[in-house]
Formats: sequence, structure tokens, C-alpha cells
Amino acid sequence: MDLQFILFFVFGTLAIASASATVLSKNPVVSAMALVFHFCTLACVYFTLNAQFVGALQVLVYAGAIMILVIFVIMLLNLGNEKAFAEKFNYRKGIAIMLGASFIIMLATSFLSKNYITNQMPASSLKNGTVEKIGLDLFTSYIYPFEAIALLLCVAVVGAIILAKKKISH
Amino acid sequence: MNTANITWMLAETGIKAFVIVNIILVMASAEVWLERKVCAWIQKRNGPNRVGPFGLLQPFADVVKLFMKEDIIPAAASKNFHRLAPLLSLMMAVAVYAVIPYANYVDVMGHRVYLGIAPNLNIGLLYILAMTTLGVYGITLAGWSSNNKYSLLGGLRSSAQMISYELSMGMALIGVVLVSGTLCLNGVIDKQVGWFWHWNVFCQPIAFIIFTVASFAETNRAPFDLPEAEPELVGGFNTEYSGMKFGMFFLAEYANMATASCFIAILFFGGWQLPFPQEMLGLKDGSVQLALAQFSSFFIKMLLFIFFFIWVRWTVPRFRYDQLMSLGWKILLPLSILNALFTAIAIIVFKL
Amino acid sequence: MIIGEYIPLFIMVILGFIVGAMFMVLSEVLGARRKTFEKETTYESGMIPVGSARERFSIKFYMVAVSFIVFDIEVVFMYPWAVQLRELGVQGLVAMSTFIVILLAGLYYEIKKGGLKWD
Repeated sequence: MDLQFILFFVFGTLAIASASATVLSKNPVVSAMALVFHFCTLACVYFTLNAQFVGALQVLVYAGAIMILVIFVIMLLNLGNEKAFAEKFNYRKGIAIMLGASFIIMLATSFLSKNYITNQMPASSLKNGTVEKIGLDLFTSYIYPFEAIALLLCVAVVGAIILAKKKISH
Repeated sequence: MNTANITWMLAETGIKAFVIVNIILVMASAEVWLERKVCAWIQKRNGPNRVGPFGLLQPFADVVKLFMKEDIIPAAASKNFHRLAPLLSLMMAVAVYAVIPYANYVDVMGHRVYLGIAPNLNIGLLYILAMTTLGVYGITLAGWSSNNKYSLLGGLRSSAQMISYELSMGMALIGVVLVSGTLCLNGVIDKQVGWFWHWNVFCQPIAFIIFTVASFAETNRAPFDLPEAEPELVGGFNTEYSGMKFGMFFLAEYANMATASCFIAILFFGGWQLPFPQEMLGLKDGSVQLALAQFSSFFIKMLLFIFFFIWVRWTVPRFRYDQLMSLGWKILLPLSILNALFTAIAIIVFKL
Repeated sequence: MIIGEYIPLFIMVILGFIVGAMFMVLSEVLGARRKTFEKETTYESGMIPVGSARERFSIKFYMVAVSFIVFDIEVVFMYPWAVQLRELGVQGLVAMSTFIVILLAGLYYEIKKGGLKWD
């Protein structure tokens, strides 16, 4: 067995376990910290798939920046009280389970129908995951999506200010 | 990769990691001693002088004392998060050291051993930034889990300050990356080879200043030690901590200070490069003597910056919080963006 | 193989965890333990604590966090660009300048609107 292959499964299992903990935990702070851990294990999964830059970004942007905001929000809303989350509409749960199950079946059939399951990485993945290759692609082939991201981020700033500065009339 | 290679790598990494963790802990204690001595010297006092020669054993006595102290977890706190917070802080402070190169390499038994755990990592700089961001959780959680108003305010202030200055820090790094064209720390050092005027500090002075200021804020040290501003917040995020859990925050803070000094030395002062071309020593690459010379060069630079950190702490008064935030967002951030942009223009125009 | 370079990092992180956990356990085991009610109450400068600390706090902290996400993403995009600038040449410079100018406009708007004002 290849070391890379074994590690992929170790981190994959950890990622699934922490994602489940995020969903199942009743305490919002536990959920958030489980999600941070999930992002870190996901980054490790990316490393095992030779995607180094994406792995680093996963920790830097998701675990580092976005989860900080989530934790701030949890603290603001004082979500310590578990009873407030008692499920009231059970049909929602039913629909969610149905959709989730059909998604898993879809993934499983698409994997099993073709011979996707392999422990060999394509040789090109070694080069494609590096910062150098991503930089080259991003600023030549994908230049317009890149500039669109700037606009999107700018809109995000404006939106945040409008929300924060909104005067609430009593 | 075959089994023999993996065994060799695990053994090598294991030994290096063990040695480095010990060095980190001893260094952190030594910094506490240095801090107290320098502070005493600046204030015309003697400083610690009872335990051991020149009070050198003082930090170890402190550690023993901290271990023996009662470890109080307040009844109102979230117990497990209260335990997790110092653990996270210390863990991230230790983890950052994985990418620091201490010297170039030594050839041992036909193997090339790099002095550092993973100094040739392709994304070394990103790894540093990622670990410093994760360090914010320790402080935020400490503030929140204590269920104390001072702790919460201190933790929030601290995390807001750390994320604000992290931006300027990352942006100042862009200047260095532009000059060296790589994210690998040994690569950055290799580009600064030769006489000392090849060091990055001479072509990126603005980035150096921004990075240093941001490092002060990032390590929560004066003049940016608002999270623990005694007159308003008692002890900040660590108000409710006692015993070695308090000590762990303390150790993490000093370990982070050493890390910041290491990074300033690596990014702007040539890391383990000697201030003159190493051929002048007449030693061959991979020899132990050369590695020792490089290590001493690195260590001296690092010590100088640690001294600088301490010096500033006991000289400069504390900022007000609004001043701190406006310095970070309105001055350092635009300045660092412009610095990156002008560096890029210079590289393209002059074909550097 | 790439993963070989990352295994040392995992080892270091795990070692950091072990050191931290060791300190924590030693501290809880070695320390004296005499619990009293006063000792375990929340510290509030000698006063009896009023209410909970888990109150809502100022919106400014969220503004900082949101702005941090936006500019962090900008910084992250700049790394591959900075590494490859010499390959990309003038085209890369123009692309990134546009990106930076748009985001600087956002920052300017935020500062002008007082989104980052603390007083």
C-alpha cells in the first residue's frame, strides 16, 4: 500500500467524522470548532492529492478567516442555549434525509459505473498543484473570472457597510 | 517512496522535531529572563539575581512554581474550551517552527540533512500565515470560554487586532515574494546570497518596517499589548487562567516573539547567510563547520531582534484602541498594497 | 512524491499537541486543589459578578472580520501572482493592478463611510 493512499483515507475519515460532529453537535461553539478541524483535515486531504496550494488556502481562508467571523457571530448572538434549536418542523428533516440519501446514491452509482477507483495519481497532478502553475493559469486562461472576483469582493465590502450602518427605527 | 526512505525520514524528522521543541521551550524561558534583565537595565534596577548565577535559573524556578500552583477553572466557564484554548495557542506556536531553516545543510552518511524540519517546503510562507491565523482561535476561545467580561473584551480586542495586522503582514510579504519569486523559505534565503547589501532589507525597506510593526501587533506585545491593558481589562483574555495554563499562554507569547524574530531575520536579513560571501571562509558546502557558522549568523540576528522587541516594549507607551485600528487599516494596509504594486512595476520596468 | 514533504509538518503539529497536553495534565495533577465557592466565582475586581459575560457586543468587530475576509482573499490571490510575475510580464501587472485598484476603491469607500471607525 502506498503511504499517500493510506494517509488519504486517514484524513478522509477524520474529515467525515468532524463534519458529522459539526452537524450533530447541539452546542454551536463545538460545531464551529469541529468545522475548523474539518477544514484542517480537508487541507490534509488536498495535500495527499498533490494540491499543495489549495490545501494551504483551505486553512488560510476557510479555517483562518471565515471561521473567525462565524465564531464572532456565535458569540454575538449568544447561542449558548440549546433548547432554542429544538426541531419544530419534522417534515424538513424528512426532506433533508431524502435529498442527502439520493445524493449519496448518485455519487456511489457514478463512481461504481466507471472504473474511477484507483490509487494512482496522474503524473500531471504533481505539477498542477504548485503555486507556480496556478499563478500561470489564473493570470492567462482565467483572467476574466479573476477580475470578476475583484468586483464581487468590492460588492461584499459595500454590502457589509450598508448592513452595518443601517439605522433600525424603533 | 520505499520503506528505507520513509524510516530514514521519520527518524530524521523525529530527532530534529524533538530537539527543536526543546530549544523552543528553553528559548522561551530564556527570553523571559532576558526580558526581565533588559527591563531592569532600562529602569536602572538589578532584575532577577537570586536564583542561580545572574538569576539565570529564575525562569525555571518560575515554571516549577507555575506547575505547583492551583489550577482554577471558574464555575461559570465552559470547562473543555477553557482547557482547549491554551493548548491551541501553544500548539500553533510550536507548529510554526516546522518551516524555519536554521542553517543550510550537513552531509551525514551520504544523506543530505537540512537543518530545519521542512525548510524546503514549497508553500513555506503560506504555512506560516496559516498557523498564525489558527493561533487566533486560542485567544478568542480563551476570552469566550472564561465567561468573564474582561476576558471576553480582551479576547475580542486581541483577535480583531491580530486579524487586522495579519493583512498588512501578508501584504508586506508579497514584496519579498516578488523579489525572490518563491514561497519556499530556503529559496528566499538563497536569493540573498553574497555580501550583506544583497539582503532584502535594502530593496524592501518599507516591507520590512510594515512587517516588523505587524509582528509586534501579531504577538500582542507593547506598544500593541491592548488585550492585556491592565488598567482597563485586568489581564485581558487570560484573566481567569492560573497555574501552568496561564504559563502556556505566556510560553506561547514568547515563542511567537522568537518566531517573529526568526522571520524578520529570514525574510529581510538573509537568514543563515553570512554577512559576506561564504566562500571567504574556505569551507565546503555541507561541512559541519560551515553549518555552525551559518547557524551562529542566524542566531545572532534572531537575538538582536528579540532584544529589539524587548527594548521597544519598555520604551514606547501603549496605543489607544482606535489609534491601533486606524494605523492598521488606514495606513499600513494601503501602504503595503502600494509597496507591492510599486515593487512589481519596478521589476517589470527594469527587468530585475 | 509530494506528501513526503508534508509528513514532517504533521509530526511537528502532533508534537506541539503532545507538549501542550502534557503541560495541561501536569498542571492539573501537580497543582494544589482546595476549591472554595469564592475562588470559583468569576473575577470582577472583587465585586460580585453581575449578569453573564455572554452579552452582545459591538458591530465594529464584525466589520473588521468581514473586511478581513475580503482582503485576505485579495492577499491570497497575490501570492501566485507574485511568484509568477516575471513569467507573466506586463499582462500580469495590468491584471493585478486592475484587481488592486478595484479593491482599494472598496477600502476607500469603507474608510469614508466610517466602517472602520472606532470611537
